Amino acid sequence: MSIQQTATAPAIAQTQTNQKIMTSTSDTYKTVGRNIIPNPKFSTRNVNVFYGDKQAIFDTSLDIGNNEVVALIGPSGCGKSTFLRSLNRMNDTIPICRVTGEFTLDGEDIYAKTMDPVLLRARVGMVFQKANPFPKSIYDNVAYGPRIHGLASNNAELDEIVITSLEKAGLFKEVKDRLNAPGTGLSGGQQQRLCIARTIAVSPEVILMDEPASALDPIATAIIEELIDELRENFTIVIVTHSMQQAARVSQRTAYFHLGKLIEVGKTSQIFTNPRCELTENYITGKFG
Amino acid sequence: MHNETPLKGHISKRFDHELEDIRNRVLTMGGLVETQVNNGLKALLESDSATAKIVAESDYAINSLEVEIDERCVQILARRQPTAGDLRLVVAIIKTITDLERIGDQAEKLGIFELELIDEGASSSQFVKLEHLGTLVSNILHNALDAFARMNAEDALLTIAMDSKIDGEYEALQRQLITHMMEDPRNIRNTLRVSWCARALERIGDHATNICEYVVYLVQGRDVRHTDYASLTQTNDD
Repeated sequence: MSIQQTATAPAIAQTQTNQKIMTSTSDTYKTVGRNIIPNPKFSTRNVNVFYGDKQAIFDTSLDIGNNEVVALIGPSGCGKSTFLRSLNRMNDTIPICRVTGEFTLDGEDIYAKTMDPVLLRARVGMVFQKANPFPKSIYDNVAYGPRIHGLASNNAELDEIVITSLEKAGLFKEVKDRLNAPGTGLSGGQQQRLCIARTIAVSPEVILMDEPASALDPIATAIIEELIDELRENFTIVIVTHSMQQAARVSQRTAYFHLGKLIEVGKTSQIFTNPRCELTENYITGKFG
Repeated sequence: MHNETPLKGHISKRFDHELEDIRNRVLTMGGLVETQVNNGLKALLESDSATAKIVAESDYAINSLEVEIDERCVQILARRQPTAGDLRLVVAIIKTITDLERIGDQAEKLGIFELELIDEGASSSQFVKLEHLGTLVSNILHNALDAFARMNAEDALLTIAMDSKIDGEYEALQRQLITHMMEDPRNIRNTLRVSWCARALERIGDHATNICEYVVYLVQGRDVRHTDYASLTQTNDD
């Protein structure tokens, strides 16, 4: 396994002289900051993703720690969603998409031939930008995953899973009297929390979130963000967001992507007050790249 | 590469303009404060009652600028949610103007005490020579404002080092003033006034040092407050 070196030491030396690091535009580059950490939950090395001839991700290595929220930020088309989708093999469904590199979840290769993508996606769940409840009842939406994976041996156990999941997603109080009503009848924010409940019903280890609150109003967004903070106790979360303030609020580490390259990774507190790369600084302060 | 935190280049030109505007207002405030301090010194050293009166009555302009800049910074925080260099600029400005306002208060004291000394028919030069302390303080303030205007952390660090000379000079003056008080207790009232002037000058040095610390934070993102000078030049770790 080739481990990419982090560029921490020169980064410190450069900030001492007030100079931001300019990232080379060539294909070889080094991610600035700690992209590699000890004892990661999820580990990716030298990831390249292609859509046909077009390369969407370049030689990216990023570790995700246990029970941490990692935010992936960057301008549209920078590859953050592509990277997120490669973490539970969602890109497998795109015929022209080709993924190379190492992806390990607790040391296990998720792209191994023996790995069943359906079981992988139960371990690495996903919440999408637009809430997508099944055209079923609230109860059945949450019970769907546990049923197909055989997680409950009887109805009482299934009830227990549904209720606990709805509670964890902060939705149970609002829907407890209408569990048989259609999930599509809920408000946008409630639908999104229903999708989160459906995701956590199968007890995943990692939850991937792709713009989970971008279609929601500030109150529903705040509820989702509060939920993310609570979910962190039991799950590892990777979130893609266009809202820098959201990344700053919910994450412990932030990774900045630019044109398919992972430019900088660091503690969120550092990235938003004193990023080391000029590209990162320009993006988060709203300047031209 | 850039050695300054650029205020320009935001996609929102209006944001560029807002940041440039608060920075310019701080420079204006710095100019007013510097004039007040230099006039205060002139009044003190030359027993110039006209200048002393101007100094004693001009602080309001500095105070109103402080309030105005504060309000503009609050608006930027609320409406722009600045990050990284922009955030550090706004935070540094909020803190800088507090110190500038206090320097203004100290300068005002110079004018007021000088007017009292003139009323008593006395002069600071009867007791001690304040010229040297005055020059040191005037220089440190000038350098601090210059480091802020050019956002130059190296100059800010060099300026911080100047404060120890001021402290030394202030201690020496205190010893001389105490000697005067012991020699003739009738001098105590006026000697105290001179002592308060020296104290005001020494405090101006401290505030100038604070401003330099904010400049280092603004440019380099590191907090060097309450750090001894030797460790300031060392590299910090993550």
